[in-house]
Amino acid sequence: MIEGILIGLETAFSLKNLMMVMIGCFAGTIIGMLPGLGPMTAIALMIPITYGFEPSTGLILMAGVYYGAVFGGSTSSILINAPGIPGTVATSFDGYPMAQQGKAGKALAIAAYSSFAGGTIAAIFLLIAAPSLSKVSLAFRSPDYFGLMILGLTAVSAFSAKGHFLKAMMMVVLGLMLASVGQDTLSDIPRFTFNNMNLSDGISFVLVVMATFAMSEALTIIFKANDPTRVAKQISLSQLGSIKLDKEETKKMVTTIPRSSVLGFIIGVLPGAGSTIASFLAYGMERNFVNDDEKQKFGKGSVNGLAAPETANNAACSGSFVPLLTLGIPGSGTTAVMLGALLGFGIQPGPRLYQTNPEIFWSVIMSMYIGMVILLILNLPLIPYIARVLATPRTFLIPLILFFSVTGIYLMSFNNFDIYMMIGIALVATILRLYDFPMPPLILAFVLGGLMEENLRRSLLISDGSWSFLWDRPLTLIIMITIFFIVGWQVYKSFLKKSSKLLQK
Amino acid sequence: MKISPSKIISLLFFTFSGFYLYTAHQIQVFTFDENAAFNAKTFPIYLGYAGLIFSALYVILPETKPSNVDLTVLDYKKTITLVILMVLYGLTILRVGYFLSTSIFLVLSYIVLGERKWIWIFLLSFPFVAIFMYLLHGLLNIYLRDPFLQFIGVMG
Repeated sequence: MIEGILIGLETAFSLKNLMMVMIGCFAGTIIGMLPGLGPMTAIALMIPITYGFEPSTGLILMAGVYYGAVFGGSTSSILINAPGIPGTVATSFDGYPMAQQGKAGKALAIAAYSSFAGGTIAAIFLLIAAPSLSKVSLAFRSPDYFGLMILGLTAVSAFSAKGHFLKAMMMVVLGLMLASVGQDTLSDIPRFTFNNMNLSDGISFVLVVMATFAMSEALTIIFKANDPTRVAKQISLSQLGSIKLDKEETKKMVTTIPRSSVLGFIIGVLPGAGSTIASFLAYGMERNFVNDDEKQKFGKGSVNGLAAPETANNAACSGSFVPLLTLGIPGSGTTAVMLGALLGFGIQPGPRLYQTNPEIFWSVIMSMYIGMVILLILNLPLIPYIARVLATPRTFLIPLILFFSVTGIYLMSFNNFDIYMMIGIALVATILRLYDFPMPPLILAFVLGGLMEENLRRSLLISDGSWSFLWDRPLTLIIMITIFFIVGWQVYKSFLKKSSKLLQK
Repeated sequence: MKISPSKIISLLFFTFSGFYLYTAHQIQVFTFDENAAFNAKTFPIYLGYAGLIFSALYVILPETKPSNVDLTVLDYKKTITLVILMVLYGLTILRVGYFLSTSIFLVLSYIVLGERKWIWIFLLSFPFVAIFMYLLHGLLNIYLRDPFLQFIGVMG
């Protein structure tokens, strides 16, 4: 392990990679700060650029963008009460009131220190947990992987779709359907290509991500006639107040950070749960832990109320790398985008990544630390200046997003068929978003589609066409029971609970 | 009877799944693979059925959390114009070249969205695209075919 850490440090501390973390954190902060544009969009916009680099450099850049975007999301939550991503909604509960009291600088500093501490503590957990889990996951067989993928998709649909479970499941199926276009990996038989040569290699992952996130987000802003930067124009972004914390505030943070980090990391590891649930749970947990006086301050600018979700949010981000790096199965939409990028580099994450590509495995973990430090020492003092991005008029913002999306896909394929397909998918995604059909399950399914089919193929061939492989091994059985529990809980929550309430009335 | 837009979308997805399932059945597999436990059409067939089941469930079951969208406040005009501009951008990018088509796309998009600060419109189009192209060429070694720049002799 020490050897691995040294390899990681050597790779991550090369001048080029240090530059990439810096650029990533900076670009991520700016993109993440813009309301409506989250880490997935930020990473998606970076993918075409990363393909010009070595895999480790590309991944380091994306990890930097990820952390930067999460930090940027917190900034817009605090300053203008417009969370860039759902994971920073809880941050605005106490961050925005603090900003209204003239303590915006302090709120940003608390958010930055908490993010740093949460991310660093969770990265240490990741450092310890990932290699051990990698060894354990070597015992996993095709049926277990197939089960895990269904579990991941079901969990993402159940937890991230905010009560729209069936809609999310439809998006899962749509994602898998899109992934099935192109030649069959084993027999090379064309499927759903309709004799179009442009479809024989399948639909590009970058195209789907760009279309469903960057382009469709931009179109949604225009379609809904939203101006995400309107509020920013009404407040002073240059006078944010002091960023220095007093003794009492520091003391409060010291007690909050450790417990929120542990909670955030555990939630982050679970498939589908992610930073949103982690931040809300941490907020709720913290409210129960503090004394009655502090409890009264929650929602009105409490230090604990701000530090807890911020810590958990970042810890969950690190935690979400565990299933990606050890099992090769992403637990969230953002890590699904990173998996897609890894596959684009020709790298298959999973238990063997630790042995086959140690420089990638360790350098990503190491770059997380570096990213945290950069966010703290570079971004925090620059916040008053970076925050001006919030005032970028949408008249410039939207065309630039569309330009980056089209350029991104054009650079990958150099044909206009892909541009038209991207516009088509973006239009459909815009309408689907309008009616709360969630996109992260679609992306996760699209990325996992090929792997899922591969593992189902192996499982069915080994069991001679029998579906008994789903309960033959205890591990697969446990996974299947968990899936049934999640589905059952969703059915109960959505329909039976409502029916019983109606009957009571 | 009023049917919600979400249910209409689900109904469309049901139809799409039916078409997908039909097409999945039409996939030609090798003769020796036809009776295999798994072949090229097995997974798509399952997906087709899954799509039918989930969309049918959504259509049949009562909506627990209906999505309310006020269609009157949506900006159809700007959205459609932007989409048309993107299609035209896609159409010209190969023929005219990256520099000119991208710059014109940006200028027109800014104007469509209501921007009238001409200096910024200019700076964030032609010079911006030129710098971006230089970065792609100079730093990332990504070649962008550009007939227009070749014609005026800027690009080799």
